[in-house]
Amino acid sequence: MSTQQATPQQLVDKALELSRADGAVVIVDAGTEANLRWANNTLTTNGVSAAQQVTVISMKNGATGAASAAAGVVGRSGVDLASIEDLVRASEKAAEDAGPAEDAAELVPGRASADWDEAPAQTDISVFSRFAPALGETLAAARAEGNLLFGYAEHSMGTQYLGSSTGLRLRHAQPTGSVQLNAKSGDRSRSAWTGVPTADFTDVDIVAAGQDLARRLEWAKRRIDLPAGRYETILPPSSVADLMIYAYWNAALRDAEDGRSVFSRSGGGSRLGESLSGASAVKATLRSDPSAPGLECTPYVDAYSSSAATSVFDNGIELAPTEWIKDGVLAALATTRQTAAAAKAPLTPYIDNLILEAAPGGAGPSLAELTASTGDGLLLTSLWYIREVDPQTLLLTGLTRDGVYKVEGGEVVGEVNNFRFNESPVSLLSRIAEAGRTERTFSREWGDYFSRTAMPALRIRDFNMSSVSPAS
Amino acid sequence: MTVDESFTSLPLGDLAEAALSRAHDLGAEHADFRVETVRSQNINLRDGNVDGVSDSSDSGLSVRVVYEGTWGFAAGVVLTPDSAAALAEQAVEVAKVSKPVNSEPVVLAPEPPHGEHVWVSSYEINPFDVPDTEKIGHFQRWSQRLLAADGVAHVDAEFQAVQECKYFADLAGNRLTQQRIRTEGALTAVAVDEESGAFETMRTIAPPVGRGWEFFTGNEVHDWDAELDALPGLLRAKLAAPSVEPGEYDLVIDPSNLWLTIHESIGHATELDRALGYEAAYAGTSFATLDKLGTLEYGSPVMNITGDRVSEHGLGTVGFDDEGVETQQWDIVKDGILVGYQLDRRIAQLKGLNGGRSNGCAFADSAGHVPIQRMANVSLQPAEDGPSVQELISRVRRGLYIIGDKSWSIDMQRYNFQFTGQRAFLIEDGQIKGQVKDFAYQATTTDFWGAMEAVGGPQTYVVGGSFQCGKGQPGQVAPVSHGAPTALFRGIRILNTVQEAGQ
Repeated sequence: MSTQQATPQQLVDKALELSRADGAVVIVDAGTEANLRWANNTLTTNGVSAAQQVTVISMKNGATGAASAAAGVVGRSGVDLASIEDLVRASEKAAEDAGPAEDAAELVPGRASADWDEAPAQTDISVFSRFAPALGETLAAARAEGNLLFGYAEHSMGTQYLGSSTGLRLRHAQPTGSVQLNAKSGDRSRSAWTGVPTADFTDVDIVAAGQDLARRLEWAKRRIDLPAGRYETILPPSSVADLMIYAYWNAALRDAEDGRSVFSRSGGGSRLGESLSGASAVKATLRSDPSAPGLECTPYVDAYSSSAATSVFDNGIELAPTEWIKDGVLAALATTRQTAAAAKAPLTPYIDNLILEAAPGGAGPSLAELTASTGDGLLLTSLWYIREVDPQTLLLTGLTRDGVYKVEGGEVVGEVNNFRFNESPVSLLSRIAEAGRTERTFSREWGDYFSRTAMPALRIRDFNMSSVSPAS
Repeated sequence: MTVDESFTSLPLGDLAEAALSRAHDLGAEHADFRVETVRSQNINLRDGNVDGVSDSSDSGLSVRVVYEGTWGFAAGVVLTPDSAAALAEQAVEVAKVSKPVNSEPVVLAPEPPHGEHVWVSSYEINPFDVPDTEKIGHFQRWSQRLLAADGVAHVDAEFQAVQECKYFADLAGNRLTQQRIRTEGALTAVAVDEESGAFETMRTIAPPVGRGWEFFTGNEVHDWDAELDALPGLLRAKLAAPSVEPGEYDLVIDPSNLWLTIHESIGHATELDRALGYEAAYAGTSFATLDKLGTLEYGSPVMNITGDRVSEHGLGTVGFDDEGVETQQWDIVKDGILVGYQLDRRIAQLKGLNGGRSNGCAFADSAGHVPIQRMANVSLQPAEDGPSVQELISRVRRGLYIIGDKSWSIDMQRYNFQFTGQRAFLIEDGQIKGQVKDFAYQATTTDFWGAMEAVGGPQTYVVGGSFQCGKGQPGQVAPVSHGAPTALFRGIRILNTVQEAGQ
């Protein structure tokens, strides 16, 4: 419990100075956040918060030294210089109790970020000082039109300080923000949605977003009922992000090698090198890059626990741009130093952003142009409640939400009922009929956990709408 | 049991006094104050090796005000009276910035003040008092036991424990100190057919519980030994089982599966904040709108659903909620008809339900988050002198007996859902046959509960639940339990998930 504020750098140095372990990593996360939430054209909740979490990872060497080390991870909030020793000792005790770790390895050699000495970046409620009045106007406009607006705006600044007994002193400041806006007709029978990612709220045009949704509610005035079945379906960038993020989360090389993932090859081993694009003319590339413009993310490994594709021993490893799928071929799966060595594969740790490109540089038609080139199909707004049904094929189920539109001869002709879908993001890659240009987008399903994505819209052949949902 | 001393030794009363008096002086018409420390531990093993042990503790304090009819909330981590008073100022500032967006003045339902109280949940051994070596060793032995069995290629094991300490104070004079303990453990065995590349998994069905380490060291509450002995054989049979033929089946559903269907199709659908649209842009709304209260045929006449935050060992159980409301039990569905909702103080006042008093469903998952209406323990009641599992199965000509939860998904108004399970046995002419695999059941909420012909007796009743119910923006997780008897449903659509994935 904290009674006085120490700087994150002081906490890192103090913890490392106190450590009696064979190796230690200390991570301090200092974060501030502001949010506004509204429903039925009025505010419902709001808030600001500040938090500081200190995580101490202690390594205790085994019989063969670091190669058979154990790790203990203990994290606490509200730690000060007086109480940090207790945390360090708890972490050392946890390492003693844990027993040898499979991913044990020498800690990463030291290096320092140029901005290590800087204070944590911060946000507060004033980040909304221009946005809140504009939102107030948008709510007033909706009221005048007889529509209802619902939504949420959030801005956070997280600054991470990662130090180690080997001399790592790494700092990364991460702004994250988004606005989600949902418009409904007064009787709630028609609904539309949009999500906008933003780093600082200076680029959010909430009035334009409100107008776009009002137009979609107009589209929905003509209602067309369709049965379950397989439809040519345009997935907007947000929905493509939903599906690709899930495939990415399941891309641990170890799981593939263990025969228990969609990326396992029958007969043993992984599907690395295999084409996933099948008969599709579109050979997409799925990649991550910590310095991708507008999607900048932590440029080094920050692992708070070990799993099939993360290792606390790898903390601080520099991340390089990685192509997971290259021109339709599975090119890399996520590894730690240990799982990479075991499978004789390159080291390619997870990175906190994801980009799908159907053409070099992500060029392609806009969503409007993709719609205009569609003869007969469905245009989705968003997907929702996506869950894994079968890990073998990575079959996912979920719902369409807030606007399924019928496209005929390149024009939206009305709104269709919602559907439950059953589809695999891996299988979809072989059924891409046409792809749009890659743009920054907000995954509606996973944006809370994975917010930095750039995706194209995709028109998919034979998308499996398994049943009709009466929800509107 | 007593509340953790490291929590009660904090200057809770002084902090509350500083925050509440500042909020009062600034003109807030309502102010409440919370300090929370949530400690959690996760132990993960892969094939008996420690994958990770992590222990975290999240502490903080927050002030919530109603100022000129608008909410304001501020949270921090520095536990000094000055910092608490500064949070009160920030909360009032947040209310001022938010005012242009607010058109509906906030008024809270009255609640009699309860003064000073201490409440501790019911458990025997605090899992945080047990050495890590003992907990790790316990799950290592269980992992090795499964790995030693024929056909088991891999075993994942996980253990999670949470200790939640909270202090609540408000301008009405409440000073409430509470502590809850909860634990969860699961093992998943994996079988791989190397030649075909096919693999299957089977997870234990032991529920998460509002109990301590004693839940894992005996077989009284959950028969771990019997379950671990049976699991490898069940897994081998699943890998070898035929793929289910899709179509209509009668279903006998075990509580280990049915709890999640109750959670999704009844628990969330009867949250009044959802019905009113507060969650419309995110978690969604509900088909069970307020105009249908007292008339909606939610299910067949054998359907009786209660909400409670008082049942012993329930994950949603607590003495007082995060708005200082004393917890209760009430009816949600009576003889198949919708008769009640889950409430917090604002929405209870807004709609005058429950005699204009909240039924105690406000919860925040940490001091850093604002309390919102969260799920109570929502449970399907068994029939007094009701049938056994065997009797229910004997009534089925062609059906499936489904055990254990797995995949789940439901739409934003809680109509259309799809669930799978850990395993399903074919029932033919009242007899259990072997397993079938690749099954999912899909239905619309009121059709499904309308097709419930019978609920089992109290001897079939088991309480399931989750630590991880998500709701709200910013996202919050809540623990919740759901009791259910085994129940019989007629004519439910079964899908074959391999055919669903085909092109």
